[in-house]
Amino acid sequence: MIIHHPLLGPRDAQEFTYLGDASLIDRPDWQAEHAVDRFHDYLYLRDNPAGEHRELWFHEVGDRSWLVVTRNTLTHEITSVELARDVARSRGRSK
Amino acid sequence: MHDMIALTALGAASAQVDTFDGLRIAECPYWALASLATRSGHGAEIADAAQTFLGAPLPGVGLCADAVPFHAFWTGPDRWMIEAPHDSHEDLAARLKAAVGDAGSVTEQTDGWVRFDATGARCHDVLERLCNADTRRMNPGTVTQSRIEHLGCFLICRASEHFSLYGPRSSAHSLHHALVTAATSAL
Repeated sequence: MIIHHPLLGPRDAQEFTYLGDASLIDRPDWQAEHAVDRFHDYLYLRDNPAGEHRELWFHEVGDRSWLVVTRNTLTHEITSVELARDVARSRGRSK
Repeated sequence: MHDMIALTALGAASAQVDTFDGLRIAECPYWALASLATRSGHGAEIADAAQTFLGAPLPGVGLCADAVPFHAFWTGPDRWMIEAPHDSHEDLAARLKAAVGDAGSVTEQTDGWVRFDATGARCHDVLERLCNADTRRMNPGTVTQSRIEHLGCFLICRASEHFSLYGPRSSAHSLHHALVTAATSAL
């Protein structure tokens, strides 16, 4: 499988490690009401879609950037690759 | 006064050199390294400070910048490694930190890495057996990271037949063994 890194171009998937669902970026506010319940869901509940899935990949043997890869779990077709920091900032997650 | 002898990453008093038909693999212990990372929101300050310190702009994605005595190469988004001769710049990290101030984070890297230079017309025949990088298509002044012998290494193309490999110093023997084994097999 080839991942088209937004900065470095096509790279072999063996250079990357997989973390999981990109929704991990949306960490709950620890001061919010029902924070314990939200962290339970954040930690343990995952969707398992047959189809398009947004997931976090780490370019371990490369520039060590985190990526958000949109991959079809049925065909392994990758339709979008973004720097995770850009995704996080667009959601107001970073300073 | 202590009478200590400096050892290279391979544990010898002098640098290891292996020669093959069309390839020379040389351990290069005479370089100091420091990493530089931009702190969030200080990109413009880092660019100015680094240019003043180095005498050249920080290199873009996948590129190197030569500004004797410095050599800078890109290691990731908003991150670079700076290289300089160890004899004259043993305190490279301290000097770099003084130059960039609070706009950047600087880490001493000198003893974290081992550098091997592969020179010669047959260097591609060996490198293509060791890593994913398409070294024949790399231009001088570019850098990439790749896995060699299970180790994350920097691969710097200094000239079309001259590559510098930076690998983890604690695995210097493994990296050297991989290079020599591939060279023996291929050449």
